[in-house]
Amino acid sequence: MHVAPAIETRDLCKRFGDVKANDNVSLVVEQGSVHGIVGENGAGKSTLLKMLFGFYQPNSGDLIVNGEHISFGSPSEAMAAGIAMVHQHFMLVEPFTVLENIILGAEGQGLLKHAEIDAKAKLKGLEQQFGFDIPLDEPVSHLSVGQRQRVEILKALFRGAETLILDEPTAVLTPQECDQLFDLVKLLKSRGKTILFVTHKLHEIMAVTDTVTVIRAGKVIVRTDTASTSPEALAEAMVGSKISRAVTRADTIKGTPRISVQNVSAESDRGHRALQDVSFDLFDGEVLGVAGVAGNGQTELLEVLTGLRRVSEGSVSLTGSIINSAEVFTDPISLRRAGVAHVAEDRLKSGVVASMSARENAILGYQREADFSRNGLMRLAAIEQAANDYFESQDVRPRNPDLPIASFSGGNQQKLVIAREIARSPQTLIIGQPTRGVDIGAVTKIHDQITELRNAGKALLVVSADLDELMAISDRIAVLCDGILVGIVPIAQADERTIGLMMAGSSAVTPASAGQSQ
Amino acid sequence: MSGGPTKLPGILESVLMPFLNILVALFISGLVVLALGEDPFFALGLLIEGAFGYQEAIGYTFYYATNFIFTGLAVSVAFHAGHFNIGGEGQAMLGGLGLTLAVFWLGDTAPVLSVIVAIFGAALFGAGWAFIPAWLQAYRGSHVVITTIMFNFIASALLAYLLVGPLQRPGGQMPESSDFPEGVGLMQFHELLELVGISFEQSPLNLSFLIALIAAAGVWFMLARTRFGFEMRVTGQNSDAARFAGVSVPRVTVIALMISGALAGMMGLNELLGEQLRLIGNFTLGYGFVGIAVAFMGRNHPLGIVLAAILFGILYQGGAELAFEMPNITRDLIVVIQGLVILFAGGMPYLFRRPVTALYRRFALQGER
Repeated sequence: MHVAPAIETRDLCKRFGDVKANDNVSLVVEQGSVHGIVGENGAGKSTLLKMLFGFYQPNSGDLIVNGEHISFGSPSEAMAAGIAMVHQHFMLVEPFTVLENIILGAEGQGLLKHAEIDAKAKLKGLEQQFGFDIPLDEPVSHLSVGQRQRVEILKALFRGAETLILDEPTAVLTPQECDQLFDLVKLLKSRGKTILFVTHKLHEIMAVTDTVTVIRAGKVIVRTDTASTSPEALAEAMVGSKISRAVTRADTIKGTPRISVQNVSAESDRGHRALQDVSFDLFDGEVLGVAGVAGNGQTELLEVLTGLRRVSEGSVSLTGSIINSAEVFTDPISLRRAGVAHVAEDRLKSGVVASMSARENAILGYQREADFSRNGLMRLAAIEQAANDYFESQDVRPRNPDLPIASFSGGNQQKLVIAREIARSPQTLIIGQPTRGVDIGAVTKIHDQITELRNAGKALLVVSADLDELMAISDRIAVLCDGILVGIVPIAQADERTIGLMMAGSSAVTPASAGQSQ
Repeated sequence: MSGGPTKLPGILESVLMPFLNILVALFISGLVVLALGEDPFFALGLLIEGAFGYQEAIGYTFYYATNFIFTGLAVSVAFHAGHFNIGGEGQAMLGGLGLTLAVFWLGDTAPVLSVIVAIFGAALFGAGWAFIPAWLQAYRGSHVVITTIMFNFIASALLAYLLVGPLQRPGGQMPESSDFPEGVGLMQFHELLELVGISFEQSPLNLSFLIALIAAAGVWFMLARTRFGFEMRVTGQNSDAARFAGVSVPRVTVIALMISGALAGMMGLNELLGEQLRLIGNFTLGYGFVGIAVAFMGRNHPLGIVLAAILFGILYQGGAELAFEMPNITRDLIVVIQGLVILFAGGMPYLFRRPVTALYRRFALQGER
């Protein structure tokens, strides 16, 4: 007999003001299948998920779960219907143990002791069934990111979830952890669970899903079996036109070392050792990619190079003169004047002031330059002119510099930031997460721009959590793990497996040419 | 982006919204008055009559407003830098002390010079009193809310000590200083108007009001036009972005809080140099705290603060008259009404934003069609 789909939506619509975030979205997720949802940032994926999960209520359309028309008033109602969400940012109480996290909100009785005993028995069964191996009495703060994700999944299963929504589950994982996740997804499927896998990485769609839905601008563009499509076709559906690389890479020309980092150690804000004895050179005419699992010293490296953090040992020199050591410290303004521009890794945290207008953000960091302020007074006409120029040159939309920067999309914010940082033709660019939260159309443009700057002989250091991105734009890839520079791999020798193992701290696999070469 | 405007134009945001909030506050106050068995409309009439009905009343209304402009500006400057200066009260006390010391130091040989130095003395002492909490916040992370409150008590104790000790009027019993030397003080409005031949009833309204307006214009200019103002706003909105932009966050914190303290300190001009002509203990009477409500209600914009200060001036002056005229309505009820205004205008400033925005959008969209 025919089994009703685990989740079906018919013409689901959700409006925010005049914006149609979801426009007649129809979706069918069969029981026991892995269904992928892909789309750019802002395509409406999150809105759709939030409706499936009871966080938003649709303006119109039907939601059918296991053949029954349903409307969820809250996430707990969705949970009761067997739908659970594993958020991109984990919802775990770090000082609590795994067990405490799992029963949190589902204690069921007055005395915790009984709840824990009951839960342990039930979890034992689940662990055997799904091959989990998680120390239940360990505080979550001691677990790796991959383990934490498993805790989230176990938590969902514990509460009787039949359908799991995984929102960008691989964003924080190493390639090895990704593989483990894919294995788990396949196991869950073989045990009859239904998985909704949301991502913007197409190879993941190809690797784990049975069927896939592509969403663009709030509409379903394609719904197909994964086996009968290709990454190129999906990418085209996502973006709406063929992606083509407009800029070709010139051959790597070995320039002069622009920035030299020697035996640098630095501490994090919490006083932990964040960088340990890091040494490398950044040359003119190259893009040096920096890979690593988030939180392994990348942030501190960016800060050390841009005058935001003093090194505790070692030195950083710019064309031979020291700009950061235990004795010398150069502030960001002097560094910008010396030709070191900085695209902040977390745009909204430090790269822009969200509540201020795009115009004021267009001069952030350059407010002391003579063309923007003189004798302590801002030169408003010049600032307006600069903002207009940046909007024009980078095609920032909407063309209204008076709007607060927060009301622009991530891609347009980033375009403005890049325009601001390259306006004075700096010789060196230190870029953190160039395309974080940026839609795919803008990603290509930003990558092209980075390549153009490289071809023009600039020295660029790019930190990114997206390994594909680094593989696409770098000449060499440096890998940080636990604050240590595991090695530097020329792009010709770099492959995902090697880099992935290095990200996990294994330097044994470093190709002979890597490491302290250069 | 959406098709229509999602934000209100500035004028609606900063004028209409507070007006709606005040209306609600007045409505609820009216219910309270009604419950006391009095006619709310009559009471409102008395309040307005008491604030504007005759020249002396107008003088008093603006005299009170002057205090609130200074303390409101003080709160707002700190707020733009991301800090909550609760120490306006103490900074005003110290400003009064600085002013008094300057006056007694220079004496009456050159009254104009004395007054000018006294103005700077008030600002300097106010800024100095803010410096210690500011420095502790900037370089030691001690929360400025806590430290400024503590400094209010210290200021109060210091003033009390000085006014029953070294600064007390010789032979006097009250906690107050000797009178300022003859001729040292700020001209009052009725005296000024007399110079041009207009007669105006006597009131304590004095030149400080103009100084307060100049200060408001100065604060606006600093925020909107100067590089320091820009760096200060960046610091207040996002200190990480400020560091990214090469701004020294501790330095900006210290300077902004000192400007804040200087503005609070200048409140003494109005009370002491404009009216009392001597230093009296606790002359600040809580005006420093009311400045917080004024700044909130004025949306931290200098023009809004001037308007909010005038409103509070009306409530103070008109409220006093009301309490006098209607025995059922005591001084306490006036505090209730002020509290309601603070609650609605300061505490829930966005109560009506959504419906008003929706209405505005409909109008704006119709206009486009």
